[in-house]
Amino acid sequence: MDVGVQCRNVTKTYGEGESRVTALRGVDLDVRLGELLMLVGPSGCGKTTLISVIAAILDHDGGDVRVLDRDVRTMTARERARFRGETIGFVFQAYNLLPALTAAENAAIPLLIAGVPRTRAVARARELLDSVGLDARANALPAQLSGGQQQRIAIARALVHEPRLIVCDEPTSALDHESGQTVMELLRRVAQSPERALVVVTHDARIFGFADRIARMDDGRIVSLEANHASGGVQ
Amino acid sequence: MSFVALKMLVGDRAKYLGIILGITFASLLITQQTAIFVGLMTRTYGAITDLGQPDVWVMDPKVQFVDDIKPMQDTKLLRVRGVEGVDWAVPLYKGLLRARLADGNFQSVNVVGLDDATLVGGPPEMVDGRLADLRRADGVIVDVVGANDKLAKPSAVPGAPKTPLAVGDQLEINDHRAIVVGISRNTRTFQSQPVVYTTYQRALSIAPRERLLLSFILVKAKPGQDVHALCERITRTTGLAAYTRDGFEDLTVNYFLKYTGIPINFGIAVVLGFIVGTAVAGQTFYNFTLDSIRQFGALKAMGAPNGMLLRMIVLQAAAVGIVGYGLGVGAASAMGFATRNTELAFRMPWQLLLVSAGAVALISMLAALLSIWKVVRLEPAIVFKG
Repeated sequence: MDVGVQCRNVTKTYGEGESRVTALRGVDLDVRLGELLMLVGPSGCGKTTLISVIAAILDHDGGDVRVLDRDVRTMTARERARFRGETIGFVFQAYNLLPALTAAENAAIPLLIAGVPRTRAVARARELLDSVGLDARANALPAQLSGGQQQRIAIARALVHEPRLIVCDEPTSALDHESGQTVMELLRRVAQSPERALVVVTHDARIFGFADRIARMDDGRIVSLEANHASGGVQ
Repeated sequence: MSFVALKMLVGDRAKYLGIILGITFASLLITQQTAIFVGLMTRTYGAITDLGQPDVWVMDPKVQFVDDIKPMQDTKLLRVRGVEGVDWAVPLYKGLLRARLADGNFQSVNVVGLDDATLVGGPPEMVDGRLADLRRADGVIVDVVGANDKLAKPSAVPGAPKTPLAVGDQLEINDHRAIVVGISRNTRTFQSQPVVYTTYQRALSIAPRERLLLSFILVKAKPGQDVHALCERITRTTGLAAYTRDGFEDLTVNYFLKYTGIPINFGIAVVLGFIVGTAVAGQTFYNFTLDSIRQFGALKAMGAPNGMLLRMIVLQAAAVGIVGYGLGVGAASAMGFATRNTELAFRMPWQLLLVSAGAVALISMLAALLSIWKVVRLEPAIVFKG
């Protein structure tokens, strides 16, 4: 199986002198195409830092990170922005939907950033909203939707430009159990494909069952990497 | 992404209105104060503008502005008439005299004495009567603002409105009887004194006895004559100062700009409007950006380059600038229209609208700069922080 993300001995520190904090202490991790990998661990263990590095929005200090066969550290800021826009989908804990835009317009944002004309982008976003069961609410504003519905829009937004890597940061932590299960089912059903890797950072043990593999982090390191046989996924 | 930027902007109604209000206030203050300043400056040379016929004004070389009268010998008129290129030249008396009103009060009036034969230099518009009626005995023409206000007759009933001076009414100017034979409409004067027209000879008889009484010589150039060259020729030949109408207007305005506190006073108001507008609009716009910072972060994370976010912010700033400018200039225009028949000097030429637009554009861009700085330096990783 092809590797989507390859991390070798990745290190990252914040601050200087006495306030220096080491977030990543030599992380080795592969995320394969077609799998849903969960990154779990206690607060402050480095999960968010690692996902930020993998998503090419944060520079690492040492080691190598290759995302879809590209070394992100050698890219300029503009190249990196384009790379993210073309190949990575994001699902955030706080949804980060634009409150003034409708559900369809929110879901269309990656296409709009890529320069797709508005009508075409919104039409494509409506198709994605249909696949996450929200076509009827395409013209609703985020404030008119529940948290679960907003996260489903965020999933549609993460998929609309057909990225090969999707990073999800605590996608269910703000949702009740039922909504969380729905979101994860959607991620598995709609987002997962042989050509795409999913990395999900979570604290939520209720959704561990959706992972193909679970990487546990502690103190800036991957302390265990286990296949989740219950999911029936890759090993 | 333009529509995203605009929807983000108007999505937060309170902040959007706050930014618009700041820019509207600045635009209103800058436009209105500058329009009053321009109106006041226009009044300083209103007496020159109202005299449409002559091409050249000739006067004593020491004259600094239109009301700075330094009389000349009457013989200077003949010398000017002899200069090559002069079609005709007529005398003009201009002086501040005292009029006695019906209630016994005194009022200073600007007396203008016109050439007896031609009446060149008369008012630009007659409201009542005819210019030629000045040839009637003791005839004077009074401007309508003066007739309705400062020269109006007191009412017999205390507290009742005054009765405007009308054709047939009598005045006493410097102890000389004057009969109103016409009412004219003039450009208001800077000092707001009533303007009284009469003939040159009658003006000399009314004015206090002085050795020299000729205030100005009004000159018409022969057809095809270069007016600037004629001015130089008159100066060279007679030793007098000669200005084109525009030149004399400039001389007058420059005097007021240089020797009065008017530009400073109005300048302070305009600068204050600019500063307050920039502060209010800038702070509100920056707050709006701060409130939207996670949205900008999310856009950045999803691949929006800095240039795209910069264009979005500039578009937002331009949008509030245009709306605020329109509202401010509209309000200033409405105020100008509402006060058009009052003492308030208000003039809004198109150049002023450009200046105001430039100032508002600067305010909008300054307001956007902080936001641009914040967003450009924004780490997209903030979107992963709860």
